[in-house]
Amino acid sequence: MNNLLDNFQLARLPQSSDALRIEVKQFLNEAMPTLSADRRARSWFGFDPEFSQRLAERGWVGLTLPKTYGGAELDAFSRFVLVEELLCAGSPVAAHWIADRQSGPLIFKYGTEKQKSFYLPLICQAKAFFCIGMSEPNSGSDLSSVATRAVKTDQGWRLNGQKIWTTNGHQCHFAIALVRTSGTSADRHAGLSQFIIDLSLPGVTRKPIVDLTGDQHFSEIFFENVMLNEDALIGVEGQGWDQVIAELAFERSGPERVYSSIVLLDEWIKWLKQGRATPQRIAMVGRFTVHLSTLRNMSIAVTHQLVEDKSPVIEAALVKDIATEFEQHIPALLEDEMGSDPNEIIDPNLLRALAYVSQMAPTYSLRGGTREILRGMIARGLGLR
Amino acid sequence: MTNIFVEALEPILAHHCKTSDVRRIESNDSGHSLFEKISDAGFFELLTDESDGGAGISTRDLFPILLLLGQYAVPLPIAQTIAARWLWKNHASIPNGLIAFAPHHTVKDELLICANIPMGRVSQFFVIQDRLGYKILNCADAINIYDSGIHGSLLATLNWESHAGQFFDIKNSPTDLMSLSASLKAVELAASIKKVFDMTLQYANDRVQFGKSIGKFQAIQHQLSVMAEHVAAASIAVQAAFDIETGPPSRMLSAIAKSRTSESAQLIAATAHAVHGAIGITYEYDLQIYTRRLHHARMAYGSESYWNQWIGEQVLASPSTQLSDFIQMTSQP
Repeated sequence: MNNLLDNFQLARLPQSSDALRIEVKQFLNEAMPTLSADRRARSWFGFDPEFSQRLAERGWVGLTLPKTYGGAELDAFSRFVLVEELLCAGSPVAAHWIADRQSGPLIFKYGTEKQKSFYLPLICQAKAFFCIGMSEPNSGSDLSSVATRAVKTDQGWRLNGQKIWTTNGHQCHFAIALVRTSGTSADRHAGLSQFIIDLSLPGVTRKPIVDLTGDQHFSEIFFENVMLNEDALIGVEGQGWDQVIAELAFERSGPERVYSSIVLLDEWIKWLKQGRATPQRIAMVGRFTVHLSTLRNMSIAVTHQLVEDKSPVIEAALVKDIATEFEQHIPALLEDEMGSDPNEIIDPNLLRALAYVSQMAPTYSLRGGTREILRGMIARGLGLR
Repeated sequence: MTNIFVEALEPILAHHCKTSDVRRIESNDSGHSLFEKISDAGFFELLTDESDGGAGISTRDLFPILLLLGQYAVPLPIAQTIAARWLWKNHASIPNGLIAFAPHHTVKDELLICANIPMGRVSQFFVIQDRLGYKILNCADAINIYDSGIHGSLLATLNWESHAGQFFDIKNSPTDLMSLSASLKAVELAASIKKVFDMTLQYANDRVQFGKSIGKFQAIQHQLSVMAEHVAAASIAVQAAFDIETGPPSRMLSAIAKSRTSESAQLIAATAHAVHGAIGITYEYDLQIYTRRLHHARMAYGSESYWNQWIGEQVLASPSTQLSDFIQMTSQP
């Protein structure tokens, strides 16, 4: 009746990935900075350029990019293993994260030779950090209504407008932004294009936004008559929407959509192991294990499709929706659990990790597409729309 | 997925296990004629070694056949009988008939009690496991048989005198009867979950209210999207358990499969009925054949809580400091 669900076929990571996993674990033993549980719980929000550069020295930034551009030329399975280990360790990977996950693959797929040979080696050396300029104050889920506009000039393009909720926008070197190059918002998906914007150009203003945990992980970016040269356009003028959709298959499918609360969960299990297990807690551990094991297999099944050069856009949306629910269940259930016995003294590190994850968990199902958008996509995949 | 055994079994089920046949067997028929059709075609010897005249197929190749049995809601313990005949060491001594699994039995007041056994009503034999080994009980020797379900259910509780039954030797001792029973039931659950989802999706497309298919309403679409997520999760959990060459699935992967499918069973049944409206709870409409199964199969051979407890104990006893490491180690075939 529908092919979407037939695409969830069990796949296994290749044997070669075991060797990589051991190397990554060894690397983390040596290179992982000492961080408290709540710092590690920041997962892929922890920004540490030095750590990113150490990873790059091992050849682990731009993992899937060709060797000619400085990449490791490994497949999506290898990236799955690397990312899984980095996230479970709670390592601070934010600096290179977006470039490695989606900007690099996007430039490789749609870029000119000149663009590829300029940006990709910088990405692989962790010398160029990227952010994604999609949302605007009046364009959230309704992304095609973006109003930031690039107008053609003699030398290139003149850019005016504003982006918001840009992850680490104030700390990155480049943004890949979706902007309007023709028509109006009424034209919906038509007339949109993607640009690589050097954030050090005159006319670019960046303001970090303080979040509820006191961090500055996202930002506002303003563009006021920013002059871009011809090479700033990435891909085909007017095809920005299709490019963004393909990019989202990379953005939504990875293990980071399963492991956002893993540091908290592992810390709690470590604490339980110190003689604190009760039947109720044991059953909770079991349930989390069942879900994590299943979601991991679903994520590997989608990764397998990336390895086969397919674009599993809807499959990735499906996994992201159910996996972020699991990620959000962890702090939701652990709050009740850790508050169930006021006489019990709980490790303050564990409590701080819980507090951070509980407060940040709503973003899990906002970033990269809200539940409502994802469920609409799944419904379309089922033939209902 | 092409599998010659699936291609051979499908027409037999399509002709002899229509939903009208399922209703007949579930009301008062022994199911003997369906049993004979499947037996005559050699399906009970699928796993049996070739040296014993069987097909000797892999566990991986058996899997789609188990799914097919679930998809047709076959009301006989076909999967258990296939597995029992594989377990048996001395092939020539296996009795002819349908075999149900009763891993949890109790001995009380001089009685051996096997309670709430799925398809107990239509089985000729029960296999139990106690500390001395595997034993077979003949249902004809039971002191009494009680129905433990309501209309249409084949759940039964059977009592024997406490020393009834005969021990038999099994090949090696690869797994316990409880997790083997749970793994087979998990496949039945996954198949029922998929079937219920397909019926609900079809109904949402066909049923018109307010001038359009109800599937065009966002509220319905999102419910179907969530169902689809659970279908995919249940499916991959059972695939992971049965992705092996020979023998029963590991206890850990059986436990994960049974817990995951059981947890989804409730949501799938509830949402399917909500989308269907009143027609879904009629005897005449086929949805009930599957949703009744979702409810009792969820409870059979350990619900999610039973298995979560066991899995949690294994995690807490393991030296792994990361749950992901534990999962990788235990997911190896």
